[in-house]
Amino acid sequence: MNAKALILCLLPLSASAQGFAGLGTEVDGFSTPAPDPVFDFPADHGAHPDYRIEWWYLTANLEDANGTPYGLQWTLFRSALAPYEAEGWDSPQLWMGHAAVTTETDHFVAERLARGGIGQAGVVADPFSAWIDDWALDGDWRTLQMRATGTDFSYDMALTATGPLVFHGEGGYSVKSAAGQASYYYSQPFFDISGTLHLPTGDVQVTGSAWLDREWSSQPLAENQTGWDWFSLSFDDGAKLMGFRLQQTDGMHYTSATWITAEGETTPYADGALQVEPLMTNTAGVPVHWRLTLPARGVDVTVQAVNDDAWMTTSVPYWEGPVTFAGSHQGRGYLEMTGYD
Amino acid sequence: MTLLIVENLTKTYATADGPFPVLRGVSLTLEAGESLALTGESGSGKSTLLHLIGGLDRADAGRIMLDGQDIASLDDAGRAALRRGTVGVVFQQFNLIPSLKIADNIAFQARLAGRHDAAWCATLADRMGLTDHLRKYPEQLSGGQQQRVAIARTLAPRPKLVLADEPTGNLDETTAATVMELMLELVAETGAGLLMVTHSQVLAARLQRRLHLRAGQVA
Amino acid sequence: MTRAAFAALLSHWVRNPVQLFTLLAGLALATGLWSGVQAINAEARASYDAAASALDEGRYDRLVARDGGAFGQDVFVALRRAGWLVSPMLSGDLGGVRLIGIDALTAPAGMGPVNLSGNLDLAGFLTGGDQVFANGATASRLDGVTVLITPDLADDTAVADIGTAQRLLDRAGRIDSLLVRPDQPRNLPPLAQIAPDLTLQPAQGGTDIAGLTDSFHLNLTAFGLLSFAVGIFIVHGAIGLAFEQRRGMVRTLRALGLPLNRLIGLMLAELLVFALVAGVIGVALGYVIAALLLPDVAATLRGLYGADVSGTLQLRPSWWASGLAIALAGTLLAGGSALWGIARMPLLAAAQPRALAMAAGRRARWQMGAALVLLAVAFVLGFNADGLVTGFALLGTLLIGAALALPPVLNGVLAFASGQARSVTAQWFWADTRQQLPGLSLALMALMLAIAANIGVSTMVSSFRLTFTGFLDQRLASELYISTDSAEQTAALVAFAEGAGAAVLPIQSADVQIAGQPAEVFGTRDHATYRDNWRFLQSTPDAWDATFAGQAVVINEQLARRAGLALGDPVEIGALTLPVAGIYGDYGNPIGQVVLALDAFALQFPGVEPRQFGLRVAGDPADFVTGLTEATGIGAGQTIDQAGIKALSLAIFERTFTVTTALNILTLAVAGFAILMSLLTLAAMRVPQLAPAWAMGMTRAALGRLELLRAVMLAVLTAALALPLGLALAWVLLAVVNVAAFGWQLPMYLFPLDYARLGGFALLAAVLAAGWPAWRLARTPPGDLLKVFANER
Ligand SMILES: Nc1ncnc2c1ncn2[C@@H]1O[C@H](COP(=O)(O)OP(=O)(O)OP(=O)(O)O)[C@@H](O)[C@H]1O
Ligand SMILES: [Mg+2]
Repeated sequence: MNAKALILCLLPLSASAQGFAGLGTEVDGFSTPAPDPVFDFPADHGAHPDYRIEWWYLTANLEDANGTPYGLQWTLFRSALAPYEAEGWDSPQLWMGHAAVTTETDHFVAERLARGGIGQAGVVADPFSAWIDDWALDGDWRTLQMRATGTDFSYDMALTATGPLVFHGEGGYSVKSAAGQASYYYSQPFFDISGTLHLPTGDVQVTGSAWLDREWSSQPLAENQTGWDWFSLSFDDGAKLMGFRLQQTDGMHYTSATWITAEGETTPYADGALQVEPLMTNTAGVPVHWRLTLPARGVDVTVQAVNDDAWMTTSVPYWEGPVTFAGSHQGRGYLEMTGYD
Repeated sequence: MTLLIVENLTKTYATADGPFPVLRGVSLTLEAGESLALTGESGSGKSTLLHLIGGLDRADAGRIMLDGQDIASLDDAGRAALRRGTVGVVFQQFNLIPSLKIADNIAFQARLAGRHDAAWCATLADRMGLTDHLRKYPEQLSGGQQQRVAIARTLAPRPKLVLADEPTGNLDETTAATVMELMLELVAETGAGLLMVTHSQVLAARLQRRLHLRAGQVA
Repeated sequence: MTRAAFAALLSHWVRNPVQLFTLLAGLALATGLWSGVQAINAEARASYDAAASALDEGRYDRLVARDGGAFGQDVFVALRRAGWLVSPMLSGDLGGVRLIGIDALTAPAGMGPVNLSGNLDLAGFLTGGDQVFANGATASRLDGVTVLITPDLADDTAVADIGTAQRLLDRAGRIDSLLVRPDQPRNLPPLAQIAPDLTLQPAQGGTDIAGLTDSFHLNLTAFGLLSFAVGIFIVHGAIGLAFEQRRGMVRTLRALGLPLNRLIGLMLAELLVFALVAGVIGVALGYVIAALLLPDVAATLRGLYGADVSGTLQLRPSWWASGLAIALAGTLLAGGSALWGIARMPLLAAAQPRALAMAAGRRARWQMGAALVLLAVAFVLGFNADGLVTGFALLGTLLIGAALALPPVLNGVLAFASGQARSVTAQWFWADTRQQLPGLSLALMALMLAIAANIGVSTMVSSFRLTFTGFLDQRLASELYISTDSAEQTAALVAFAEGAGAAVLPIQSADVQIAGQPAEVFGTRDHATYRDNWRFLQSTPDAWDATFAGQAVVINEQLARRAGLALGDPVEIGALTLPVAGIYGDYGNPIGQVVLALDAFALQFPGVEPRQFGLRVAGDPADFVTGLTEATGIGAGQTIDQAGIKALSLAIFERTFTVTTALNILTLAVAGFAILMSLLTLAAMRVPQLAPAWAMGMTRAALGRLELLRAVMLAVLTAALALPLGLALAWVLLAVVNVAAFGWQLPMYLFPLDYARLGGFALLAAVLAAGWPAWRLARTPPGDLLKVFANER
């Protein structure tokens, strides 16, 4: 699960009142994910207005010519007030874009809000294009172009896929709680990425790897789930691990993981297989050192933020930034934490 | 047993014209159940002496042994406890609590002391002739009646020592005589010691002993 | 023991319900006064915010069509997709109400006039539920739509989602203008490339009222503190009397053996219970009073109790907490000294009234000493205070010093009067008044503070109003405000205006440093507009002549203060050095300004070309604009009707000015009650004092009349002393606190009629307050008076 369902509570409008806890709310009229999905591409890269929430969520670990690490985020959230799309201002589809660049010392954030129906934001499947204002992610999923701008930064990137799409949970049906809340969830974790970061200190040429998540649902969290800690880790040997831990009001947790081989073969792990333990928090009380263990794969690593202060000062605030890890395995990845504000 | 031993008591007030010695080495004793009249001219220090014995004020030097306890050494709370339980003071001005009914005024000190005895209070009220006034407030009573309430209040917790400062000074002669009669009778019945300040030779003669104070010393 | 003692303490109130009532009422009123003022403050703030947001559009640059008309929303989408952070607006008339359509998702932060939180039906607002925001008064005029009441909106204004507005105004797909956010991304493509038909209309500086409103808020806060001081005096008086009355009982309780700390604990517990009960009543009372006094009851209630869309009222916990905290704090503050007195009082001394009187005498001397010290400090601070802290210290020392000085001064006046008295009755009257003074002094202090606060605040508010309207006249003198795109347009405008008999006043400025301070230099053409409308704080006789002749400059107050410039001082502007010929008030502007003749400006700043113009138009501005568009192509979109803006902002401000008059009535009523309370409690103590006068042949009616006369006389004296104090207070607020906070002085105007009316109210309060006790006295049964003698030794 990726970030995300922020979008529900999206908007400056109702955000603070509910926070991430609002993701567990029941809403009538929307479709709900069912087991054994059959995906239809490229159509399923596009929007699904009859589901309440959806996102196109890209994170990248980058480095410049000197080996200095950078993190990058490009996200488009869709949140529906009603399960249909309409022309003009009456569209109930709300869009929210988040973009960020994280350096070892800085964290640049931008946010955009828009309504569907008038062309200011949207996603079409073929030819694939996702956009909000001047931010865009277009291409055919083998190659993609991506750009975003903020007041103090912008970037232009090109992506090339080097592996297949991977599907989480049971063939893309990802269960989020013991009560059975679920979403459709697949990823393209095998992007090579390169391009230019325009920062206040000057332009930087960067290369690296990117991970694009696609997820949609109508009630992704159970009522007693208030936030999550999500990890995407790329091992130096080419394997990858997606894992998350959902926080519950009773202090218990629900975990899930997908092991992805270098060739893109997946093994899902149900609740409890992955162990996630916070080790140290930053000054704001957000954990920035973690211990992750997946005994089934002999994984026991310590994950550490590249920049402790990767706080997204967006309408619904959360933490999102690049990480490195060491221990039984080494590599880098991305961490997202919600429910700490 | 000796109830009260006062030894060499001195008290000096600080006034605008310098220190003013009121008691200059007063000594006296009082046995349990004994009654003693304290006389002396105005300003000789009678009230002052009574206040010291009653724990209302502190002496400068000397000793007051009351019921085997040195009250000079007591702190504020200790002296308050003494006033509640051991001694009872009958004031010239009655000092009733205006907002309490007569019945509650009579029971008040016993309640404070934690030894309220309804039957005894009823007896006191009866003997003091207050039975018809129990539901009234102090302002509705005459001076003599009010003083009888004050005496009943003082006796209600059965103190070991009763101190009285001109208890009938505010009353006319006939009333004074009746009230005094009642008080002496009841004090005798409870077996308490009595130390009474009075200007009246007649009254003084009715007590077992008398002591004359002159210029702060026992004459 | 505890129960018996507590029962005895409480029995006092059962026997003396009037005293209990006055104590509780005093506490409740003090709390109510505080809560009420807080509530009114909040209301004032809300309507200022409404005023500010109504003028909000002027805060941002805007894109409008050259022809001033509407344009398609596809232009909005195109600009967004090119990276421009713009937000669409549409406005139109809906049954006499100005309906503004906004897009909440793209509007600049804080721009939405509507608090979009709580149980807002978001889907309904955004997706065609025909939901419209308006204040209570406006809501009643809107039919066929779902109105969500919000007190934050100005009158006659409604806000809806842009889609809803398009539908309601029957203008599908159209927008009037685009607000341009100040924080645009870097490297935007040029406007001409994406939307060649739009033109950028710069934000207006002239109506920036934020500085003014901040100043007003600060002054209202000061008033809140004042009202608290009045409340504390009242509570202090009420509790002081309650303790005074029970001195005898306290002495008896202790003599009968109740330990001192137990007694103090019990009395403290009793006080806290009273404070809680009275606090709850007071908070409720404050809100009721405030709601009744305010013009728009419904809106106020919502402001106070939190807007609840479903229409049920909810008391906000924070209001309760602050009201109760004030009641408790006030009670403890006031009760603390009384309890301290009891704790310190030797057991036997408590019985001696003479000792008490001596203590009172000592206290009076101490009070006078403290008052003199405080007033001396205030005097010194009056000359030296230059910061907010010292400004408020000045306020505090002045008020407390004056309050403490009141009883001794009154005493002196009374002593003098009794020396002049001829008849026996008069002598007795004066002497008796003096004797009563200690018991009444706290109530009189409260009355004086209340009157002074009222004088101070009404002076402040009225001065503010005069200044504000004057300032609007000065700054929005031109009927029209026009911006041009190019030098050709400018030339065309000037040519057309000359033909139409309108004066063109270019508005051009350059940013400079003057004496190390950032400032703007304005190049200005000689015109009667300046001579007629601009108000100088100081000037040489020929200030404008010298300025327009290029031989001098005029500067604003901010620059004069910060750079330490006085009339005649030289100002360096680039290579040019000119003397200051005048200093003008420039309220609310954060930075310095210099006004220079147009020619001199052009010489100094050759690169600056005027693009904005004020136009003095004799006829109807709308006709002028029509003609202008026909002749030059300058569209309505490039013009702003200043007169309309001025009328709108004045109307909104007027609403808050009326609110503050409500404060006057409130404080005086409370001060009047303090007097009533003191007189009632004193009445019982008075009987022994009056009995001899009665016995010697004065009728009870005569005694009653004298009592009334006494109260009125004391009130008149107090009011007379309060007048200079109130004026000093206003001066401190306007000339010290405001300067410290904002760098400019609000001029102070005097309003003798208002003061006379206030004095009248104060008298009325005193008469009403003294009336009942006097009437009761006149009807005291002779038996009560006789008792005095019966019980006397
Ligand atoms: N608090 C005080 N401060 C200063 N002097 C005091 C104080 N109390 C009493 N005195 C003085 O002490 C002296 C003794 O007072 P006290 O009341 O004991 O006299 P007394 O014998 O009871 O007189 P009386 O028969 O008139 O009641 C008097 O001269 C009185 O003025
Ligand atoms: Mg005596």
